[in-house]
Amino acid sequence: MILAVASGKGGTGKTTVSANMARALDVDAQLLDCDVEEPNAHLFLRGEVLDTEVVGIPTPQVDPSLCDGCNACGAFCEYSAIVSFGKAPILFPEMCHGCGGCMKVCPRGAITEKDRRIGVLETFQSHNVMLTHGRLDVGVAMAPPLIRAVKGKMRGDAAAILDAPPGTSCPVIATLRGVDYALLVTEPTPFGLHDLRLAVAMTREINIPFGVLVNRVGVGDDRVQRFCDQENIPILMEIPDDRGIAEAHSRGQLMVDALPEYKERFQALFESIENLTRENPDGKSE
Amino acid sequence: MKELVVISGKGGTGKTSVTAAFAALADRPVIADCDVDAADLHLVLSPRVRERHDFYSGHEAVVRREECVKCGACLAHCRFDAVKMDGARAGEATFSIDPALCEGCGVCVRFCPVNAIDFPERLCGEWMVSDTDYGPMAHACLNAAAENSGKLVATVRREAKNLAEADNHPLVLVDGPPGIGCPVIASITGASLVLAVTEPTVSGEHDLERVLALTKHFKIPAAVCVNKWDINEAMTEAIEAKARDANAIPAGRIRYDVGVTTAQVMGQPVVVFPESVAAQDMQTLWKRIQTMLS
Repeated sequence: MILAVASGKGGTGKTTVSANMARALDVDAQLLDCDVEEPNAHLFLRGEVLDTEVVGIPTPQVDPSLCDGCNACGAFCEYSAIVSFGKAPILFPEMCHGCGGCMKVCPRGAITEKDRRIGVLETFQSHNVMLTHGRLDVGVAMAPPLIRAVKGKMRGDAAAILDAPPGTSCPVIATLRGVDYALLVTEPTPFGLHDLRLAVAMTREINIPFGVLVNRVGVGDDRVQRFCDQENIPILMEIPDDRGIAEAHSRGQLMVDALPEYKERFQALFESIENLTRENPDGKSE
Repeated sequence: MKELVVISGKGGTGKTSVTAAFAALADRPVIADCDVDAADLHLVLSPRVRERHDFYSGHEAVVRREECVKCGACLAHCRFDAVKMDGARAGEATFSIDPALCEGCGVCVRFCPVNAIDFPERLCGEWMVSDTDYGPMAHACLNAAAENSGKLVATVRREAKNLAEADNHPLVLVDGPPGIGCPVIASITGASLVLAVTEPTVSGEHDLERVLALTKHFKIPAAVCVNKWDINEAMTEAIEAKARDANAIPAGRIRYDVGVTTAQVMGQPVVVFPESVAAQDMQTLWKRIQTMLS
């Protein structure tokens, strides 16, 4: 099963939930940290680095001896990443999405591609969990290609848990695409509710079954629970607001280590999601 | 006119609560919510919308089914896994484009042998100009599963600056997005000052380092504030030392206070409740930030 842990709002506990669930499983599991702008799971699942790999995206390079300055490339590029004024084009690689269009439309075959580095992949082994994360280079704007590279490390022979970035735009879509189930983590506050609504709309839009985990229950109000009732969205787990959990978390300690009763709770959470995906293999959760 | 951008690296550290407090404390600010993915500032500033504008950005590829000859050229050319093939064999399959994955590059449009792919402009959301009790506000709403949030961020910032210039406002106050990627870069380039709000956790520390590397990369002065600092005092001190090493100024600490959530539930900036200890800390923080801005 491929499970993504996501949320509209940041800081609701995605990494806490995904790291604890992966560790609680006991059997071999893969955790793929897709929050490549701010990867954090390795701070909780410390382990030996098994492998590192540089990731790049293809960007154009121009052979000036072949270019006649026709600007077919510049006219084609939707991102203003290449432009020619009657001679060899000027490149703006940070704007380039790596679509390959300029190379394909060049009538003189003057454009080839070379990889421009955007970040690295690192794989760790921490007890039963194989963790792979991407680390986007500072100053690089485009996260989705690195997220696709992280997901490319999915082996398929073990349960895979994907820790998604916050928000509802392209990096989240790149993470959620192709997963069996999305667990949306929220908190019972007005910001939590508002961003949960956005995450629900997004998850429905891309047609992935989902359920909710409410973290820090006891702060705020009960509008998140009422919203889930009305919308027929299952609440799969609630974690209370607890200073002990917050302090253990601040030190980088896993809940399943600090508070052993959570091991069974996270195991039960994973099992309930497995059952939900089995009951309804292609459908939506509602 | 000065521009202060509140960011965090890690999400959920209290950017929006701090920005809302500053909005209530500042003299005639223009407010901009640049967290267009998950905009929350309106929940505590209750803007009255004056203008709404559709936001179009780029194009999206759409296959005209009845003209498609099922050759699969689009699938072969697309580098973003956006072409979906239903049906097992070429010649029988139907092809369509997943709008959530299409990056609008136009390669499939150009290389479709029968020109069966349209390339309309893409509606990605809307942006608004509003009034609040504290000043005018520019904000936006990105459509579910839309992309190009960086361009929408740039639009919101531009509109906020226009509002400030039109009416001589001394400050644009920006609530930024989490992370260090495209929407964050679009939020901070050229700003007068960045305030990074973090929390005393291993994640908060790690993410602050990356966000300060980003402000350094773009040569923007940075201040740091540790929210809920009393959860872990040793970590707070370590974070402030790291901030100094990165040439950022530790500008204040905010105590953990459930009053922040209570104010949020009531739809108000926390400084409206002067008995809140977090509100008192934010007032002290705001005084330091004002000095740094002037």
